[in-house]
Amino acid sequence: MAAFEPVLTRNVGRPAARTVAGYREGGGYQGLSRALGLEPDAVIEEVKASGLRGRGGAGFPCGMKWSFIPKGTGRPKYIVCNADESEPGTFKDRLLMEHDPHLLIEGCAIAGYAVGAETTYIYIRGEYTTAADILDAAIADGYRQGILGESVLGSGFRHDVYVHRGAGAYICGEETGLLESLEGKRGQPRVKPPFPALIGAFGAPTVINNVETLCCIPLILERGADWFKAIGTDERNTGPKLYAVSGHVERPGTYEHPIGVPFSELLDAAGGMYRGGTLKAFIPGGASAAILGPEHLDLPLDFDRVAKAGSMLGSAAVMVMDESVCLVRATLRLAEFFNHESCGQCTPCREGTNWMELLLEKIELGHASEAEVGVLAQVPDMIAGNSLCALGDAAAGPVRSLVQSFRGEIDLHLGNGGCPYPHRRYFAHGNAEAR
Amino acid sequence: MASPGPASTAAAAEGRPAFPPEARERLDQIRRRYPQDKAALIPALHIAQELWGGWLPEEAVLAVAAELGLPPAEVWGVVSFYDLFHTHPVGRHRLRVCSNLPCQLRGADEILEVLRAELGVGEDEVTADGRCSYVHFECLGSCDTAPMMMIDDRYEENLTPERVREILGEID
Repeated sequence: MAAFEPVLTRNVGRPAARTVAGYREGGGYQGLSRALGLEPDAVIEEVKASGLRGRGGAGFPCGMKWSFIPKGTGRPKYIVCNADESEPGTFKDRLLMEHDPHLLIEGCAIAGYAVGAETTYIYIRGEYTTAADILDAAIADGYRQGILGESVLGSGFRHDVYVHRGAGAYICGEETGLLESLEGKRGQPRVKPPFPALIGAFGAPTVINNVETLCCIPLILERGADWFKAIGTDERNTGPKLYAVSGHVERPGTYEHPIGVPFSELLDAAGGMYRGGTLKAFIPGGASAAILGPEHLDLPLDFDRVAKAGSMLGSAAVMVMDESVCLVRATLRLAEFFNHESCGQCTPCREGTNWMELLLEKIELGHASEAEVGVLAQVPDMIAGNSLCALGDAAAGPVRSLVQSFRGEIDLHLGNGGCPYPHRRYFAHGNAEAR
Repeated sequence: MASPGPASTAAAAEGRPAFPPEARERLDQIRRRYPQDKAALIPALHIAQELWGGWLPEEAVLAVAAELGLPPAEVWGVVSFYDLFHTHPVGRHRLRVCSNLPCQLRGADEILEVLRAELGVGEDEVTADGRCSYVHFECLGSCDTAPMMMIDDRYEENLTPERVREILGEID
């Protein structure tokens, strides 16, 4: 098998690629050019054949999602790029937008052509001001160079791209929460169905794709579905993948590998354990994923194999923890996050995330009884599947894994005056002791 | 608190809060991007927050409501949902320290301790000279350069306690 050639990150560290001319020099806009010469349905078929699954977290087949958009209704349709990247541990989309904005713009234009949408909104989290500025400049250049506007590359197909800044809310990464926010409302997820493919942005059929997903599209059109399909572990897990590695590694960063790279290989790429520490646990797919132990060192990180191991690939945000980490405290931090970010709409999630934070805090401080640990063990199942969106399930993931796979960590805290690990005891709101 | 906000339009002359002409022009350009005016609400709030010194006093919210023809209560509802909108005064510089797990693993708590010690105020409080306010924040998407914080719109990465003290000395 040929050596893997990084393609998603090919323009990282090449600032010239932020202009149309510079991007073209690196081979850019060939995918769009090829797409415009095909029938829109043929573009969808090519994406389907590539096996590309959504890179935002859910892993839904991209071509299938596009094919749900009704054809020839005469009504407007929209592409919405989900650039709300807020899953703790995830920073790959920021890299793509800051270093290769035209790759994303090209992906948006191809998606628009395939489903018949004249407009893309890139919904970017409000904190990413640098990425938003870079995208705005690249879009302006795109209009000047005939990439965007009334006739994309002279084809007669119209496409406009706009950057829309969010304002700080994790839930706006949930696709219907994002749509609400785009429409100028509180980002509270909608009841589904109807799915966005039928009733999405402004009541119109809408495709919502993650940044990295859209960035794969030009490559698929340029090199063909067969090229994409040949990368990865099997036909359900294809293509190049960005892994955001953080925590206790020597060189945290974004690493591009064929999807399904074993965790151990990724750890090596990131320079190994920080200061020679020992691996205690890792989270393979962002804060929503179950925590895994060192017995999974050689786990191939693709959608299906990580799921089989009881966790999920999610956004492929890999957080590495060494033996100095208290897993109760780590899980508490994630529970605090979900409690803060729950939109409050559904009772199981709103109340359950609060309960999980309170109980974990009691355990961490040594105030919890056995009975309360028992309650903590039950809460994840009361939330998961009982709320409108996936935030509840996400919140349940890490807590369930702590109770089921790392019960010993909890026991270390009971009847012992709390956490036995040496660390700074800073609680943001300063009221933990009083509870 | 005296408002640093705009006061040059006719509406403002009549005592009704409003955007100054340059800001209205910016907003009008943004509105054209959407099939519904309301979609410009979050962009409008970002503009208002710039105009009113980093937060949204009642006057700013009323101005946004008037610009977009929305009930003020609806605008308040949106303001209160998002972490980047503030309904109380903030420092001239706003420090947001990422404190989620990847940053916590690499020392975010220590960064917060340094800020508390150096600035002498708690989270969400403004220093007596009006210069700074800080908060702990959820993941800012810069875990490869942890620990990190945002100062206004800028990312400061790979922080150490020394570097934080240096930065505090650099900002006006």
